[in-house]
Amino acid sequence: MTQLTPVLTENWDRPDAFTLSGYGDYSAARTALGTDPDRLIQTVKDSGLRGRGGAGFPTGLKWGFIPQGDGKAHYLVVNADESEPGTCKDIPLMMANPHVLIEGVLITAYAIRANHAFIYVRGEVLHVIRRLQAAVREAYEAGYLGSNIFGTGFDLELVVHSGAGAYICGEETALLDSLEGYRGQPRLKPPFPAVAGLYACPTVINNVESIASVPSIVANGAGWFAGMGTEKSKGFGIFSLSGHVTNPGQFEAPLGITLRELLDMAGGMRGGKRLKFWTPGGSSTPIFTEEHLDVPLDFESVGAAGSMLGTRALQIFDETTCVLRAVLRWTEFYAHESCGKCTPCREGTYWLKQILRRLEKGQGTEEDISTITDLADNILGRSFCALGDGAASPIHSSVKYFRDEYLKHFELGHCPFDPAASTLWGAGK
Amino acid sequence: MTPESRESAVRVLYERLESDAKEIISRYPKPRSALLPLLHLVQSEEGYVSDAGQQFCAEMLGITKAQVVAVSTFYTMYKRAPAGEYHVGVCINTLCAVMGGDQIWEELTEHTGVGHEGTTPDGKVSLERLECNAACDFAPVMMVNWEFFDNMTPESSKQLVDDLRAGKEVVPPRGPDKLCTFKQASRVLAGFPDGLAGEGPTAAGPSLEGLKLAREHGWTAPSPDREGEFES
Repeated sequence: MTQLTPVLTENWDRPDAFTLSGYGDYSAARTALGTDPDRLIQTVKDSGLRGRGGAGFPTGLKWGFIPQGDGKAHYLVVNADESEPGTCKDIPLMMANPHVLIEGVLITAYAIRANHAFIYVRGEVLHVIRRLQAAVREAYEAGYLGSNIFGTGFDLELVVHSGAGAYICGEETALLDSLEGYRGQPRLKPPFPAVAGLYACPTVINNVESIASVPSIVANGAGWFAGMGTEKSKGFGIFSLSGHVTNPGQFEAPLGITLRELLDMAGGMRGGKRLKFWTPGGSSTPIFTEEHLDVPLDFESVGAAGSMLGTRALQIFDETTCVLRAVLRWTEFYAHESCGKCTPCREGTYWLKQILRRLEKGQGTEEDISTITDLADNILGRSFCALGDGAASPIHSSVKYFRDEYLKHFELGHCPFDPAASTLWGAGK
Repeated sequence: MTPESRESAVRVLYERLESDAKEIISRYPKPRSALLPLLHLVQSEEGYVSDAGQQFCAEMLGITKAQVVAVSTFYTMYKRAPAGEYHVGVCINTLCAVMGGDQIWEELTEHTGVGHEGTTPDGKVSLERLECNAACDFAPVMMVNWEFFDNMTPESSKQLVDDLRAGKEVVPPRGPDKLCTFKQASRVLAGFPDGLAGEGPTAAGPSLEGLKLAREHGWTAPSPDREGEFES
């Protein structure tokens, strides 16, 4: 059986973990700053670390794309805009262990030769922002940020920047526009941020958990990290279980663990109910069902089974839950968060929402099912950014696995489920 | 608002916020990056992004007010009308909705008589339907001035709002020892710490579920396979 591997979560039960004295002395950064930056990039490449924000792009490769000796300023931007429905790992990480992120920022900035870094954190998490601000201040006071860090001559300024409520800003180029003081709308790529990112300068944008994994790789070696996980999905990650499980929460484990194993660790389905559907990595990843309980949760296996590992946001829904209601609500979310820049997403999510509303009420027709899949087909791959693709995921996957439930709604003329049974306090408990 | 009264409102903002605004602008390589924090700063003074506040931001950055409005209307945290002293959000994204957020929203709006982005007549509480706030393992989740309130029920949500309106002390379970006001929260978001970071737990409840299990079973990450990779 797979065992948990707490690394980033290891100190979360210490009352002072979020302070510098409770965290440590940035020894990994000290080591890193005494090393050739290119060697650090190679180490992260060797470790096999892939982006923990959902896409799974190799982190070291991304760093390697930054042109060196180009005479331009380089920037590091941490994507801490965690907003994907179901995703709830970076927020507790920054609350409990902000210094591991800042140490990772220091190492990464040094590796890519950036002297200015930003943590773009969603604005709706006040206490997390306090913890980040305080940790950054402590790091400055200790000389771990600012000028001539560890006497190496390396300088780094780090700014904690609060967003203002927009899911789309988790998309890396929308985030850059937002950080530049504009509406958060995605940019056309290429040029990619590694060439023309923040202020049109070479920029690395990494997820919180990716950057926070770097100090442990430097301290323990690429081989140590690569020794965990699967062949192509190496290392550990935080798996977030929520919904109809007995003990929801954060479980840090090697990639490749299965939901069956995680559910077992979380005390099983609550009230012994049956698992109906779940998301492997947030609402933008096509839903899975009971038949996927043994799919290894790594990038390749989840992809081969028709979904995406995403952010390992495992939202668990039991047999009391109406899948149409879930899909409608996600669709309302995408419609609300669509930035309006491109037509397929802006118009498509609007019409999906209208049709799903009548389907959920039992007022739809079989033709509506074709219409929503057609609409989703016209959004997927035709939108400016991944938000549109994400909006299509719940539609396609729910029709694939639960077509009968769609039919049942308009056969009956109403939703066959009692929402009260699904609640925290409900009969399904 | 007449042009004259707006001008005088802008001048008041200069008196109160100009030095803070300059400090914010100095954090960034390019001034315009300061716009989001400047709008939070305006909210910390006015409780919303007022017309004068947007004019103030425009002047501080040397851009037009239209450019500021284009940005302020894009982001949901910037309020077009004064928020309550306590801005209360109920997560109604799928997982929280299914776990009871829908019922909480229904009962809470009935109880308070205000709807989405509405404010109680006493100005104490405003309500918002929130999208996912990244605390799904604590569902159903509510936020007050962007502090977490976990595992809520219709009863606890109504009690919470009643307590806020009655001026009783309310303690967020994963936040500081006392709730701050919407304006005070906005000032922290603008980048001016309030010194409360040390209060509240490191982590709580579901955040610790995996670690607790690992400790019980003696599970750890493997030991480093070699040392001194970078020491030469």
